[in-house]
Amino acid sequence: MIVLAAVAILLPFAAAFAGMLFGPTVSHLLTPLARRVRSPRPGTAAGRARVLARRLPANGPALIAVLPVAVSTVITAVVAFEQWRQPRVRTGTLTLVQTGGLPFAVSLDVDGLSAVVALMVCCVALAVQIYSVAYMRDDPRYSSYAAFVSLFTAAMLLVVLSGDLLVLYVGWEVMGVCSYFLIGHYWHDRATSRAAVKAFLMTRIGDVGFLFGIFVLGMAAHSFGIRAVIAHVPAMSHTTLVAGTLLLLCGVAGKSAQFPLHTWLPDAMAGPTPVSALIHAATMVAAGVYVVARLYPAFLFAPASLAVLGIIAAISMLGAALAALAQDDLKRVLAYSTISQLAYMAGGLAVGTRDGAVFHLLSHGAFKALLFLGAGCVIVTVGSSVLSTMGGLRRAMPVTFWSMTIGFAALAGVPPASGFFSKDTILSQAWHAARQQRPRGDFGSFAHSSVGGGTGTQGYTALNNAHRLPVIPESMPGIPSWTGWLVFIAGLVTVAITAAYATRTWLVTFFGEQRSEVAPREAPPLMRWPVAVLAVPALVLGFLGLGSDHLRPEPGMAAVSLLFTAAGAGAVFLVWNNDPALDPVRLLGPVRPVLQAGFHLDNVYDVLVVRPVLALARLVVSTDERVVDAAVEGSGRGARRLGGLLRATENGNPQAYVSGLLAGVVIIVLAVVVLT
Amino acid sequence: MHLVYPVVIAAMLFSVGVYGVLARRNAILVLMSVELMLNAVNLNLVVFDMRWADRLHGGQVLTLFVIVLAAAEVGLGLALVLLIYRNRRTVDIDRLRALADRDVDPDSDISAIPDDEGVRR
Amino acid sequence: MTAADVVIVLLGVVAVGSGVLVVATRQLVHAALWLVVSFGSLAASYVVLAAEFVAWVQVLIYVGAIVVLLLFGIMLTRAPIGRSEDLDSDNRVVALVVAAATAAVLVTTLVRGFRSAYFPLKARVGNGSSEVLGASLFRTWVLPFEALSVLLLAALIGAIVLSRTDIGGADSDGDTPQRRERRRGGPGGSLGLARRRGSGPDEDDTIVLSRVDEEV
Repeated sequence: MIVLAAVAILLPFAAAFAGMLFGPTVSHLLTPLARRVRSPRPGTAAGRARVLARRLPANGPALIAVLPVAVSTVITAVVAFEQWRQPRVRTGTLTLVQTGGLPFAVSLDVDGLSAVVALMVCCVALAVQIYSVAYMRDDPRYSSYAAFVSLFTAAMLLVVLSGDLLVLYVGWEVMGVCSYFLIGHYWHDRATSRAAVKAFLMTRIGDVGFLFGIFVLGMAAHSFGIRAVIAHVPAMSHTTLVAGTLLLLCGVAGKSAQFPLHTWLPDAMAGPTPVSALIHAATMVAAGVYVVARLYPAFLFAPASLAVLGIIAAISMLGAALAALAQDDLKRVLAYSTISQLAYMAGGLAVGTRDGAVFHLLSHGAFKALLFLGAGCVIVTVGSSVLSTMGGLRRAMPVTFWSMTIGFAALAGVPPASGFFSKDTILSQAWHAARQQRPRGDFGSFAHSSVGGGTGTQGYTALNNAHRLPVIPESMPGIPSWTGWLVFIAGLVTVAITAAYATRTWLVTFFGEQRSEVAPREAPPLMRWPVAVLAVPALVLGFLGLGSDHLRPEPGMAAVSLLFTAAGAGAVFLVWNNDPALDPVRLLGPVRPVLQAGFHLDNVYDVLVVRPVLALARLVVSTDERVVDAAVEGSGRGARRLGGLLRATENGNPQAYVSGLLAGVVIIVLAVVVLT
Repeated sequence: MHLVYPVVIAAMLFSVGVYGVLARRNAILVLMSVELMLNAVNLNLVVFDMRWADRLHGGQVLTLFVIVLAAAEVGLGLALVLLIYRNRRTVDIDRLRALADRDVDPDSDISAIPDDEGVRR
Repeated sequence: MTAADVVIVLLGVVAVGSGVLVVATRQLVHAALWLVVSFGSLAASYVVLAAEFVAWVQVLIYVGAIVVLLLFGIMLTRAPIGRSEDLDSDNRVVALVVAAATAAVLVTTLVRGFRSAYFPLKARVGNGSSEVLGASLFRTWVLPFEALSVLLLAALIGAIVLSRTDIGGADSDGDTPQRRERRRGGPGGSLGLARRRGSGPDEDDTIVLSRVDEEV
């Protein structure tokens, strides 16, 4: 089992290097083979097979990229199935690395949570890799692109499956680097490389806190093993826990693009669309939420951190949803929507429903990847990502249209799409937390995930047992009620706004008049079908929640949430129906530029951080030049001037030299005569 | 015979040679002045040999040696002078400044020297 | 003060005076001729000092060989015949001071040291004969004598190597094969320099000028 998980991680890892080194070589080797396959044969199989046969075998980097991820997907599916059949924690340690202080273990840790998230990661990665074969077909650097996506997949799987915080951190940073490289894939464009640097710097700011959070928790628990840390949580002092978890939240906010470190995500849309789908929608940005879920007991014992998380989540979900409403770039709409939805998960964690958050993570992974890939199809067809150039694409692109319709429905929370169920779970939990009720299922077993599940010898059975109804230890502090209220109200309002911007985007993209010159046509099959396949989980994933009593939607809450959805969507539809040629957002009036600029937060950062830092840097530079360099050069110049005095004697005239020599002799003789 | 007269004459001759070496511009004149100095030495050697009058006659023999050396020196010196003349078209000693440090302006050229990264400021 | 003293002083005055003229005259050839006078009076001084063999050698080698060599040098460097104003360098004042100081130091030291030194010249007659000197030279000093002959040979070879343009370092100063070929083609040999100067000065001049260019 653990070996299988390790293979699932190592396959894309190896594929990354193989693709980088041997991709073109494999293409070379396969070309004659492909030519033989392509030769016309009477009564051949379906045309699609021939299309695949034409495209795939001759494309070495694509083969190297897709096949290992496909195998990894199968493996993680097997692992998840096994975990579902026999829910228990499986750990495996390769080696214990001795360091100066605490040792850390190169270990993997498979439980329900990690297995199901790993499966989701592999599925999305596979879809994205297949999609990229067509999307990046004409890109000269497709080979390195695919290799980085593979490397990213491996790193994400390492984060998900790691049993040790430091190993997790390794994967975490590799993800960040891959994100940097992939955002900057079109580096020759200045804005793109700047966006890549921005994403890198901002996540790095958070990562510093994250690393120190790991240190705090690891030192307190005398081990970096995730399970050991969780087992030690009740024994830790409150201050340690709050400090450690708050530091962790820095990294979470950076990676998951939460306020105040979220501004990199909209800019990151400069990267290729499949990358946005994989990294900046479905997986990497969800890693922050995943880590909180993984270390959830530590957060439960630090309600202050949960409150902070709740505030961050409330600001992020509301602000990002409003910003998404005003964007006129399809990818930026989706980017802000991602921030908003991630904030939902964070909010779910803040009010105490880990399973709700993970549930939403999975459904969001499915429908947001779907939306991004669909957006990629639309962008390829239209040739631009600006919403005002789209419109009327419904008929020309039926597969994309219907798939994205499901995606938007899931985003807006329209039943029966998955988003409805997962979002509703979080809202219900927020309502309970607001009214200080004990949560229904609590940190139970989404898809048989459990934090613990092992032997439970630490006297912490509530969190270690997957099947019994959890008993919350008396020592555990409750979640403050105002956090619940905050998340609940923000969540409800966000439901309406989300419905509004989803409807608006859907309408503007696919309905109305066609606004661009190009003749729209359906995307190539390799792009079309992954989108269509992703629509399936986006639609039906929610029904899995029905099997678990605490993930089942509560009728009252569902009604309220549906009401808000209908209000938001209806309002936009009415405005749009008035004049389908115009963008419904025009009603926002003067507020729109503010929202479009993301509340001018970039400018605020520019004033508060960037300019002072630049000024400081300039000061340092000028100090270096005027003081340090001046001192150094001044000493050099002084020495040269002083030397210039002596140099006057070294004029190259031998007679002068000999004169000096003889004069010296005379003086010495005189001195000897006088002195004796 | 008083020793002091020829000795003082030798000293004067030597000083004249010193002046010639230091003041003359033409290399051949410098060589002549060197000959004057050598002759002053020779005079000294002969005078002191005559004063001690030992069996070895070291003073006179050394005088002979010095004369031979002077011949060799003049031969080589003139060869050098001719070589210099062929190469430089001059035998003026004060115009042969190859020994001089050519980097004469300490202020202007500090910026012209590339720094460690090879960047001119 | 004996007669010998008087003669020595007079000869010394002539030697020093002509020495001063050597370093002060404005005509190069005159300097060489004044050098002959100086060397001659010194040779006379040797005779007075009873060193007749040394005196003849002085006349033979110095006056006969070295001065002639110097005159050759003056001619070969195409020095100006006649008066020229720029024979002294700018170092003249310094040179005067240094020379005067040297003279002062030497004279005072020697006068203080040998004020009353005296030796009987008559007893020394015969000490400077060629027989005595030859015996001494080939008995006691034979080894330095032979070494000196080797040194003389080395100086001879060195002078030849330095003078000839077609050997010694021709490759190192970037000669092209064509030029070397042209030089070989001429009526070369160890005396090539003087001869070529006579036969084709212009050709030699071009070589020299191009060398100057290369060095610059």
